[in-house]
Amino acid sequence: MLEVKNLDVHFGVIHALKGVSLTVNDGDIVTLIGANGAGKTTTLRTISGLKKPTNGEILLDGKDITHTSAQDRVKMGISHVPEGRRVFPTMTVLENLELGAFLRRDKDEIAKDLKKVYELFPILADRRKQLAGTLSGGEQQMLAMGRALMSRPKILFLDEPSMGLAPLFVQEIFNIIKNINSTGTTILLVEQNAKMALQIADYAYVIETGSIVLSGTGKELMESEDIKKAYLGG
Amino acid sequence: MEQLLQQIINGISLGSIYALIALGYTMVYGIIKLINFAHSDVYMLGAYIGYFCMTKLNLGFLPSLIIAMILCTLVGVTIEKVAYKPLRNSTRIAVLITAIGVSLFIEYVTMAIAGPNVRSYPPMTGILAKNFDLGGINVTMQQLIILGTTIVLMILLQFIVKKTRIGKAMRAVSLDQDAAMLMGINVNTTISFTFALGSALAGAAGILVGIYYNSINPLMGMLPGLKAFVAAVFGGIGIIPGAMIGGYFIGIIEVLVSGYGNSMYRDGVVFAILILVLIIKPAGLLGKNIREKV
Repeated sequence: MLEVKNLDVHFGVIHALKGVSLTVNDGDIVTLIGANGAGKTTTLRTISGLKKPTNGEILLDGKDITHTSAQDRVKMGISHVPEGRRVFPTMTVLENLELGAFLRRDKDEIAKDLKKVYELFPILADRRKQLAGTLSGGEQQMLAMGRALMSRPKILFLDEPSMGLAPLFVQEIFNIIKNINSTGTTILLVEQNAKMALQIADYAYVIETGSIVLSGTGKELMESEDIKKAYLGG
Repeated sequence: MEQLLQQIINGISLGSIYALIALGYTMVYGIIKLINFAHSDVYMLGAYIGYFCMTKLNLGFLPSLIIAMILCTLVGVTIEKVAYKPLRNSTRIAVLITAIGVSLFIEYVTMAIAGPNVRSYPPMTGILAKNFDLGGINVTMQQLIILGTTIVLMILLQFIVKKTRIGKAMRAVSLDQDAAMLMGINVNTTISFTFALGSALAGAAGILVGIYYNSINPLMGMLPGLKAFVAAVFGGIGIIPGAMIGGYFIGIIEVLVSGYGNSMYRDGVVFAILILVLIIKPAGLLGKNIREKV
């Protein structure tokens, strides 16, 4: 599905990503874990076209998309839930969801997807006329995910979906991620909550200061001593 | 009482013009956080295009209005493409200085082509010259045209911004550019469209002021531009209804100050209002900060 080869990204003189390579197979949940500032968000932003790489290749279904616009990548099936949700605060929940389907013209299918999103997140249906900025953090996360699903993505990027949420909500969000994946959407998940992420991941990458230092199945990494020490709290 | 009503009616006419200009300032600020100083010169060009259509081409008011709006749209979009777009990733001050440069450029090119002299719009004739006497209050046909045109354009604008695809894109880009890109919105097209809308309204304001005050000149945009900017800040910069309210408020205040006080003070009062707004409610009348929840 998605293949990233030797990605280099610079912010001015800062070399933020140093030859990052990763592969996401069709139908998998792949997670990218690492500390704050390791380059997780930058990796996602580069793959979805918000940041230009200085070097490297991004392939989606074998097609080179390295030099396409963010807009085209949405069209090709990438959807990105950014860090901090980034819902449109002074628009209603419904308007936010409609913007998720911005590039689509198939009205009937959009209506169907809207229904699906409401089934997945019933709270959004109750609040559809409310301004997004008035929702709680967890509800905003759900809205951001619902909005991203409205483009009917092949692959969904989730950037720190559990950040700042109450533990009960965190569990719920991860259940929903599994749920979304089970309907056929491939997922690339960035998380600081390594334990939760590894539990649901088919495959995982560990990033440290801009380089991938380790990779393996979720289970393998859970059992690795290094990972236990560095990310799982003993 | 009659005199007050008369002044308010005059103020509404002037306010309509400020409101139309203020909308352009506020929309462009909303989307790229730029005070587009060249905006007031697009308004001036609108007045000149209207003048040309009415005197040289002998067109009526409505076709002249439409031509002025279309040409101003082209000018506005061109300014954005040529002057601001290459600076998209520069500092805000660089773009601001560029805006001032563009403004001066347009003013003096117009002066070079059309001459620095004041020109007079043709006198209104026939039905356009009518006066209505409503129990001692005098309403001119021009005032009705100004108000009517403004209302139609504002309704149209509200419809575009609230209901259309590109309008939703405009709101999304003004709220969060990155998030808008992730929705698949083309940010550059959306910014161009915003300039187009604002410039069309400024063009309309230009021709309306021409038929109202009759005289136009290449530097006519400066003061009304600044006052419309005050109107936009008063209503809350970046907020469309705020610019409409602000425009009418400033227009009415200005006329009342000239009517009851001293017309020498009218500009001073407008800027005193700006200072007061900035001290008391910097976000403007309708501005509020929705605090982000984590």
